[in-house]
Amino acid sequence: MSKTITKNSQKLITVALSGNANVGKSTLYNAFTKKHRHTGNWTGKTVSNELSQSRFYNKNLEFADLPGTYSLLNLSKEEEIARDFLLFNKIGCTVVVCSALSLKRNLNLALQILEINKRVVICVNLLDEAEKKGIKVDLKRLSQNLGVSVVGICAHKKKTLIPLVSEIERTIAFSERPYLKINYPKNLERAVTFLEAPLKKLCQKKINPRFVALKLLEGEEKLILKAEKELNIKILTKDIKNDLQTARLLANMSPNEIKDDIVSALFKRADEALEGVITKEQKKDKMLKIDKILTGKFSGLIAMLLLLMTVFYLTIIGANYPSQMLSNLFSIAEGYLESFLSLLNTPPFLKDLICFGAFRTTAFIVSVMLPPMAIFFPLFTLLEELGFLPRIAFNLDRPFKATGACGKQALTMCMGFGCNAVGVTGARIINSPRERILSIITNSLVPCNGRFPFLIFLITMFLGTGSKSSLVSAAFLSLCVVVSIIFTFIVNSILSKTLLKGEASSFVLELPDFRRPLVLKTIWQSISQKTVSVLFRALIAAAPMGVLIFILANTSIYDKSLLMYVVEFLNPVGELLGLDGAVLTAFILGFPANEIVLPIIVMIYSFGGVIEDSLSNASIKELFVNNGWSVLTAVNTLVFCLFHFPCSTTLLTIKKETGSLKWTLVSFFLPLLLGMAICIVNKLIFSMF
Amino acid sequence: MLEITKLSNIKPFKTARVVKVNINGDMRRRFLDIGLIKGEIVKRLYNSPFNDPVAYLIRDNVIAIRKKDSDNILVEVEKDYE
Repeated sequence: MSKTITKNSQKLITVALSGNANVGKSTLYNAFTKKHRHTGNWTGKTVSNELSQSRFYNKNLEFADLPGTYSLLNLSKEEEIARDFLLFNKIGCTVVVCSALSLKRNLNLALQILEINKRVVICVNLLDEAEKKGIKVDLKRLSQNLGVSVVGICAHKKKTLIPLVSEIERTIAFSERPYLKINYPKNLERAVTFLEAPLKKLCQKKINPRFVALKLLEGEEKLILKAEKELNIKILTKDIKNDLQTARLLANMSPNEIKDDIVSALFKRADEALEGVITKEQKKDKMLKIDKILTGKFSGLIAMLLLLMTVFYLTIIGANYPSQMLSNLFSIAEGYLESFLSLLNTPPFLKDLICFGAFRTTAFIVSVMLPPMAIFFPLFTLLEELGFLPRIAFNLDRPFKATGACGKQALTMCMGFGCNAVGVTGARIINSPRERILSIITNSLVPCNGRFPFLIFLITMFLGTGSKSSLVSAAFLSLCVVVSIIFTFIVNSILSKTLLKGEASSFVLELPDFRRPLVLKTIWQSISQKTVSVLFRALIAAAPMGVLIFILANTSIYDKSLLMYVVEFLNPVGELLGLDGAVLTAFILGFPANEIVLPIIVMIYSFGGVIEDSLSNASIKELFVNNGWSVLTAVNTLVFCLFHFPCSTTLLTIKKETGSLKWTLVSFFLPLLLGMAICIVNKLIFSMF
Repeated sequence: MLEITKLSNIKPFKTARVVKVNINGDMRRRFLDIGLIKGEIVKRLYNSPFNDPVAYLIRDNVIAIRKKDSDNILVEVEKDYE
């Protein structure tokens, strides 16, 4: 089969992957394509389409990963994206991914897609997990009941994908079937049939006339106007407008009633399609017990805190040794670099610039940042794959609701741990626009991965001392996170009463089954994709920043370096905040990437803007103390690291997501003012002792 | 005997049949899409730590709904004689 396709078309054929959230669409997408999309066991992971060419099987296929949606009835942005893609793009085949565990609900979407696409394959995923739960799915029967090809797979087992690919190829090559016809209750059905007839010609076989008739009756003119433009057809003629009036009289229903009827008819049809398909063996569900613990009155909250602490503890204790090792390695490498440059007769200033400015800053960042990131990211991803994050949203919805927001904000905050820009984009999973802006503005109150190593450093140096230092440090770090959650609540409430007045809206959250994560694969992917990309971003900022600071530190006017002018200029403000000019300078220069704040401070303190060779943590502490650091300075730097302006990437994302300068400015100043206020209060408290 | 009550009133691990969803606007659609339509069977599962929201089993999926919303969903239950 694949040969015929190769011959007939050199162009790529698009295969759309659609389905409810949390059915393993992204896993399937990853299996097919070169790209590695981060998967997660919860709603809203995929928020926009992504296209990528097939890596295996048939190289002429190009896969599109559509956002997971409940339906295509256009409630949220994602649903609109998915629906428009299916309606207006040239698609060779649409694969509707369903989960064997929740076919009863997934078929709702499948039916809607069958109404608008002619080449469809239904793919039932997670058959293995269903079997473990004693659920058997009769795929043949389902296929007969629906009149569509149905293929069963286990998305993470490549072998099971071969039949799916041949079915996709077969569907592209041959089987165009008529649009699925769903029978609606009497009045609605009469109106639809009446309107469908005159529409048939106008639609020119580019879109299902019955679907257009339904949408017209529902009053979704915006979609019809879009269809006219995208498909280059004319639908809303004078005649049709007249017919629509008549059809409305025939139906004699309100738009709400029409929508109810449509959904009910879909579910009714789904139940018919599932007749005799699913057989369930009664097995005791162990998961329910785990869920009861993880969401229990006290156990739920304690479990969350313990997990958080465990992750931090493992990160801190695990990062120590490799950090030191990397640092030693780099100092050896630097020796070679230096002799190499001398060999080339590089002028001394340029040599220093390369060695001390660019190389050492970069090396410092890698050795300080890489180990904690390489541990924290995979651990967190494991929790995510397990399906733990929606439970956090479930547990914390009540307090979030009390502050005028919703529990899904907890999910965007979790994304913020990785990167605030990702958290800001992820806020699209929140339906209410008001709550979405809330979560965007407050996202940078959560320390992102670029700030974690700095926090860990400050805590282990100045607070987590003594015999059980790692444990104490983990506790302090958890405290930091708890503090940032508390301030998120506070800011939420204040905003809900001022700039973003309003009350919490409705809220529906899916709690998916726990999934056993593929541990090794997850760890490998998380390191090879996420960690490397974040590190890369830091490095891009690091080397030029190292050069810039080296130049600033080595260009003198009246016997004082330019860098010192800046630092001294900022000193009074720094003092006021219980910090100093160097720390402030570092935060300002760290605007492009928070990762470089710590190395900049070290460079400023070290003579001539150079990081001392092979610095151990202890010698950095000594350096800081010699430059007048007290516990207050450490605590306030910590606070300022938690609460200051978001980095440039995050701000740009906020501008893009909100489309408003106002909210971008609020997102900039709000955390900054908050951080400054806390620093001043801290200073007052410390001065009393 | 059957009695009509709010979804929020049913007891843990009891089932009920949906009679009416009194939620309007955009969110109505969301509730319909998860399967809260007339005649559907719903089972209450567990509460969250602060007792709101509550997890329900709807069409084989576990869905959390706030009390504010489940107050507006009417269901039919077997009357308790206990």
